[in-house]
Amino acid sequence: MRRLSSAYTNHPRLKLATLLAAPMAWIVLIYLASLAVLLISAFWTFDTFSATIVKTFSLDNFIELATTDVYRVITLRTIRIAALTTVIDVVIAIPIAYFCARVARPRNRTIILVLLVLPLWTSYLVKIFAWQTMLQTGGLLDYVLPFNVGYSETAVLIVMSYLWLPYVVLPIYGSLERLPGSLLEASADLGAHSRTTFMRVTLPLAVPGIVAGSIFSFALTLGDYIAPSIVGGKTQFIGNVIYDNVGVAGNVPFAAAYAMVPIAVIGVYLALAKRTGAFEAL
Amino acid sequence: MEPRLTRIALRITTAVVLVLLYVPLVVVGLYAFNGDRSQSWPITNWSTKWFSTAWENQDIRTALANSVKAALAATVLALLLGTCAAFAVARFEFFGRSTVSLVLILPIALPGIVTGIALNSTINELGIDFSLWTIIVGHTTFCIVVVYNNAVARLRRMSPSLVEASQDLGAHGWQTFRYVLLPNLRSALAAGALLAFALSFDEIVVTNFTGGTDQTLPKWIYANLRLPNARPQVNVVALVVIVLSIIPIAIAQRLTHDPTGGRGS
Repeated sequence: MRRLSSAYTNHPRLKLATLLAAPMAWIVLIYLASLAVLLISAFWTFDTFSATIVKTFSLDNFIELATTDVYRVITLRTIRIAALTTVIDVVIAIPIAYFCARVARPRNRTIILVLLVLPLWTSYLVKIFAWQTMLQTGGLLDYVLPFNVGYSETAVLIVMSYLWLPYVVLPIYGSLERLPGSLLEASADLGAHSRTTFMRVTLPLAVPGIVAGSIFSFALTLGDYIAPSIVGGKTQFIGNVIYDNVGVAGNVPFAAAYAMVPIAVIGVYLALAKRTGAFEAL
Repeated sequence: MEPRLTRIALRITTAVVLVLLYVPLVVVGLYAFNGDRSQSWPITNWSTKWFSTAWENQDIRTALANSVKAALAATVLALLLGTCAAFAVARFEFFGRSTVSLVLILPIALPGIVTGIALNSTINELGIDFSLWTIIVGHTTFCIVVVYNNAVARLRRMSPSLVEASQDLGAHGWQTFRYVLLPNLRSALAAGALLAFALSFDEIVVTNFTGGTDQTLPKWIYANLRLPNARPQVNVVALVVIVLSIIPIAIAQRLTHDPTGGRGS
């Protein structure tokens, strides 16, 4: 043992290699290799007559995705709801994050953060199930509200906004909390009204946090299939088509090709977000 | 300083939103005590009878056992792999260090459905049978980052002079690890492990793609929540899942003194 550990102390590279070997092997051999398999199988095709996968390079899946109306509608709907969810969450998150970071007393601040984070870690499926319970005919919302939301696109939007709100509040809170108080005092000293200070000093400086939060709500909505399948009624997301193609139809190549769409959209979103310095606020 | 009215408005907004965050959870909790099969609001007939029905349901018991097994196995694996990676990243300078962090975060950064279908295709291609083992492999993949995040944050805060002092005093590598690093790291690792357990115990998106016919508690809920006859038992299981996931998270928050549990900012 002692000889072994002195070998390690004298050869830091050896130690580093030992430390990295197992986690990197796991992630590279299992995860990255799987992503590579996914990418390759997107260019395969599925023969419906023999129910087998034809392993020759083809762009058929992508052509079908681009030219079929149903898939275009589903893709645009998914992106639209992801964007709407993000807007709703940011609008609700800003006052909460601001209150928590700049107004609340330190003790209350901790309580608010704990209360925000507990539901974030609580079962995502149970939260969606809870909404199904409230949205169903005769459920709590049906009982309280004068109209019936039911299982619909609106229901999906509400549930998505609910699910990801804490993920959006936290980075905004982080960027507001780091804001030097002297900046705000300077603004006030120079005669700015508190609203002017907020709009022209606080908010611009919170942009990295806001964008960081929006990455969560946007990406998480874009890739979801559980919420639409439970509270969406007939509303289908990209994820639902993927899930059905893997499970019911067995058409993994088509599902793999469709999975490239959210990856590409998120890629573009991340590239745009990077410019605002959002990654430092994550 | 904001005008008084603004502050009051902000306080009310925050309070209302916080309450709304908990309404769905409380509603599910109440439904677990609904004696009727009908799920309409308000609940009129209170009863605890579905708890015993659920407890006697063999499918639920199997699913619970599988969920616990998967979560324990994934937590142990993630603890080993995540801690190693955290030491490497926090204690060494090397080419490609930021790539290591990025690659570890990828499984939770990409949508779960991508991770799910990627693992699904690979398991199919390799001709491996879907089972509890494939569930564990999937869960470990995204649990590593939770342990890693907690451990790396603690290691970065720890002064390097602690290790130097230990070495100056003649401790060899293992002793330094056992008596200096581990005690300092213990609560961060415990928090990471608890969060990994909670994450795995709840997981449905990836599990649906990697589980085959083996049930976990979330898979059982997903398969049964549309069946009116199973509904009362789903309510009970949902309440159990809420409680079982909130407890480890609350402990993790206490251990790290970080209310965000290492997620978000």
